[in-house]
Amino acid sequence: MILVTVGTQLPFDRLVMAVDTFAKELSKPVLAQIGKGSYTPENMKWIKNIEPADFDKVFRDASVIVSHAGIGTVLTAKRFGKPIILVPRQAALGEHRNDHQLATVSQLAGRPGIYVAHTDDDLKNYLLEDLGSPSHEDQSEAGRASLVNYLKNYIAAV
Amino acid sequence: MTDGKRRKILAASSGGGHWEQMMAMRAAFEGSEVVFATTIPGLLKKYDISDGLILPDCSRDSILMSIKCFFSAFYIVFKLKPDVVLSTGAAPGLFCLLAGRLMGKRTIWIDSVANVEKLSLSGKLAGHIATLWLTQWQHLSRPDGPNYAGAVL
Repeated sequence: MILVTVGTQLPFDRLVMAVDTFAKELSKPVLAQIGKGSYTPENMKWIKNIEPADFDKVFRDASVIVSHAGIGTVLTAKRFGKPIILVPRQAALGEHRNDHQLATVSQLAGRPGIYVAHTDDDLKNYLLEDLGSPSHEDQSEAGRASLVNYLKNYIAAV
Repeated sequence: MTDGKRRKILAASSGGGHWEQMMAMRAAFEGSEVVFATTIPGLLKKYDISDGLILPDCSRDSILMSIKCFFSAFYIVFKLKPDVVLSTGAAPGLFCLLAGRLMGKRTIWIDSVANVEKLSLSGKLAGHIATLWLTQWQHLSRPDGPNYAGAVL
């Protein structure tokens, strides 16, 4: 299953609409979490929000995640070892207060398991490919261990 | 833990990405007594946390909610009397840090990894409040802080 998720805070109809347009051409069924969006998908299953109780199951069942460039979803995809395709929200299109998601993807592009789609065609092409998953031994693991140890030492010295 | 004493930590963050980042650094709290606080009740359940606390959310759009959040943060910190207050953002966490600092506690701010080009407003303000002020991007670190010590991503 392909999981599309836009988060709970802001609508992201552009992304939902794009996937809905070519959903029937994809080899796997799509489940879209549309949040506060007003566009109703016609060619794929959709839900407003994922209940916390269903959350793990939905992520485990997904083979690939399509998402706005929210850090929460990036971390969750990594936790479940799933490839993630990021579509950054753009302030000029009224999709966020500012363009920080564009800045985020500029730093994350090229990391294992993370793919950035700047156009609908990018997105469709990625979904037709077999995408590699994030590895548990990539450089971000060292960064995390470093932060955790630093905090641990600081707390211990209090 | 050099002296075998268990530190009490209040780890407070907003929902969404801020919360996921705090969960990603959870291992740092091993050996301590940690109380988590966030703005969305379902998130505690998602991580099987039964004794967490709920903070009212606050946004720039609602002054009333912000005032409620401010007092709630102070109440939680005053009641809990933690040794350390830690937050990954945003405003509700900053209020907890402020309360902690006024009570003379250690306060840790880890700016969100989403802030790639500059610190958030909360993150900048935290520079005046936190006893440990961190960014998760090397290129945003400065000699006078924020410092870089690693990142969850």
